[in-house]
Amino acid sequence: MATATLAKEASKKRVRTKKIKGGGVSSKKDVATAILFFLPFFVLFCIFTIGPVVNSFYYSLTNFDLIQKPDWVGLDNYQGLFLDDELFMTAFKNTLYFALISGPVGYIMSFIMAWVLNDLKGRTAFALAFYAPSITSGTAMGVVWGYFFSPDRYGLINNTLINMGIISSPILWTSDASTILPCCIFIQIWMSMGTGFLVFMAGLQNQDRELIEAGSLDGIKSRFQELFYIVLPQMKPQLLFGAINTISSSFGVFSIIQSFAGFPTPNYAGHTLVAHLYDYAFVKFEMGYASAIAVVLFVITFAAGKLCMWMLTDKD
Amino acid sequence: MAMVRRGLHLRFRKKVVQISASRVLLYIFIGALVCFTALPLIYVVVTAFKPIDELLKFPPQFIVKKPTLQSFKDLVVAASSSSVPFLRNVVNSIFIAVSNVLLTIVVASMGAYSMAKMQLPLKKQIFSLVVAAMMFPATVLTIPTYMIVDGLGMINTYWALIVPKVAGAFNFFMMKQFCEQIPIPILEAARIDGATELRIFRSIVFPFLSPAIATLVVFSFTGIWNDGSGDLIYITNEAMRTLPTAISSIATGGLSRSGAMTAATFIMTTPTIIIYTLMQRRVIETMAHSGIK
Repeated sequence: MATATLAKEASKKRVRTKKIKGGGVSSKKDVATAILFFLPFFVLFCIFTIGPVVNSFYYSLTNFDLIQKPDWVGLDNYQGLFLDDELFMTAFKNTLYFALISGPVGYIMSFIMAWVLNDLKGRTAFALAFYAPSITSGTAMGVVWGYFFSPDRYGLINNTLINMGIISSPILWTSDASTILPCCIFIQIWMSMGTGFLVFMAGLQNQDRELIEAGSLDGIKSRFQELFYIVLPQMKPQLLFGAINTISSSFGVFSIIQSFAGFPTPNYAGHTLVAHLYDYAFVKFEMGYASAIAVVLFVITFAAGKLCMWMLTDKD
Repeated sequence: MAMVRRGLHLRFRKKVVQISASRVLLYIFIGALVCFTALPLIYVVVTAFKPIDELLKFPPQFIVKKPTLQSFKDLVVAASSSSVPFLRNVVNSIFIAVSNVLLTIVVASMGAYSMAKMQLPLKKQIFSLVVAAMMFPATVLTIPTYMIVDGLGMINTYWALIVPKVAGAFNFFMMKQFCEQIPIPILEAARIDGATELRIFRSIVFPFLSPAIATLVVFSFTGIWNDGSGDLIYITNEAMRTLPTAISSIATGGLSRSGAMTAATFIMTTPTIIIYTLMQRRVIETMAHSGIK
C-alpha cells in the first residue's frame, strides 16, 4: 500500500499549493483581468441562458397561453401537479425508473470503454465508431433500432428469438406496455455513451505520466490498482462533467421514447416528465403549467447534480 | 502495445509469435462492440450507394449488392427543383457552424480559465449557476428564448442562429473541468517571468487544453450541424435555410425522392466524421510536441 500513500502525498501537495495561492493577496489588477476574461461568456450566458430560465420560473406561477399576457396565479400550477394530476405521477415514476437505470449503467460503461480503448492501437477509429450514434442521430438511428425491435417476425431480435425457438410469436416491442421502457433504456445507453466517452478519452490523455511511472516504481501491481489510486483521483473533473451530463440527459429523456413508441405512448407506459411537459407546452399551449413541470424536474436533477458535485469535488 | 508490436515483428521474421491471448480476446471483444455501435454509421454509408429496389427491401440489408451513384443524381435533381440552390444551404450551414465553433472556443476557454485559475470573484456561486442551467429542461426554454431573440431584433438574421448557442453551459462546464488540471507551478513560473495573462493564455493554457478543445469542436460542430430547429424557429427567409431543414423538405417529396434522401444524409454525416478525424490527429500531435508533459 506504499503506492496509495505516495499518490495521496502527491495530491496533498497539490492541495497545499492551491491553498497558499488562494489565500495569498490578490491585487485589484488580477481581479480586473479575471473579470475581463470572464465577461464575454458571462454576458452571453446571462442573456441567452439565465434569461429564459428566469422567465420560465416566472411563467410557472402564471396562467399563460402564449396569446394573452401571463396571468398571475401563484402556486396553483404546482398544487394542480401534485394533487390533481395522476398522469404527472406516472411520468414521475417512469422518469425515475428510466434515469436510475440508464444513468449509472451508461456512465460506468462509457468510462470503462474509454479506459480500455485509451491504450489500444487504432483507438481513433474505435473511438469514432463509438461516437457514431451521436453523429448520425435522428433518421439513421431510427431506422437501425427500428429494424432491431421491429414488432413483426422480420425484426432482428424477434427473428433471432423465433429461430432459436425461444418464442413462438413475435413480441410487440414498440406497443407492449411492459417492453417500451426497457427497450428505450437500452437505446438510450447505446446512443448517449459517446459524449461521456469522448470527454473521458480526452481526460485520460491529460494524465500526468510521471505519477503513473512513480506509481509503478512504487509497487503498483495491476492496472486496476493504477486505475483506483492514480487515474481516477486525477480524473475527478472529467468524472464530474460526465456525471452531470448523464444526469441531465437521462432525466430529460423524451425524443428517443417518442420516436420509438410514438406520443403519447400506449397506456402511458413511456410517459416521462419531459413528455408531460411537451404535451402541455406544444399540444395544449399551457406554458404556465408546462413551466411548473420544468421547475419540478429541474429541482430533482439539480439535487442529483449537487450530490455528484459533493462527491467528486476536492474539498479544500 | 509494445507487446503486440514485438509480436508482429517476430511473426514477420518467422520466429515465435508472442501476442498474449488476453490481448487478442480484448481486440475481438472491442471489435464486435464497435461494429454494433457503428451500425447507424455503416447504414448511412451503405444506403447512399444503393439502387432504389435495394432501398425499398424489408428487412433492410446492411450490404449493397449493386452500388450506384443514382441517389446523388436524384439529389441534384430534387435540390435544383426548389427555389434556393442546394449549394446555398450548404454554404449557410458551413458558415454558421464554423463561426459558432470558433466563437465558442474563444469564449468558453477564456471564461473557463478565468474561473478555474484566476482571481475571479464569486467563482463558486457562478459555477453553481452554470450547473443549474444545464439541469433546466431545454424543451421549455424554446419559447422564452424566442422572445429574447425577438426582443434583440435578431429574427431573420444569421445572428439568431449563431449567438444564442455560443455561451452554452455544457461547453463552458467541460472546458472549466479541464482547466482545473493545468498545473499551477507552470502558471506561477510564467507570471514570475513577467508574462502577461494573455500571453500565458496563448502559450500555456491553450496548448494544454488542446484535447479539450478538440473534443469541444466535435461536440459543438455535431450539435450545430445536425440541428435544424434554429432556422425553423427564427428564420422565414428561404435563402437562409441550413442543411437539416433543406434535407427534411427533400424528404417530404415522396417515395421517388427517398434515394435523394439517403444521399443527402450521407453528405450531412461526412463533414462531422472529417472534423472528428482531423481533431483527434491534432490532439495526438500536440500532446507529443508540447513541453507540458
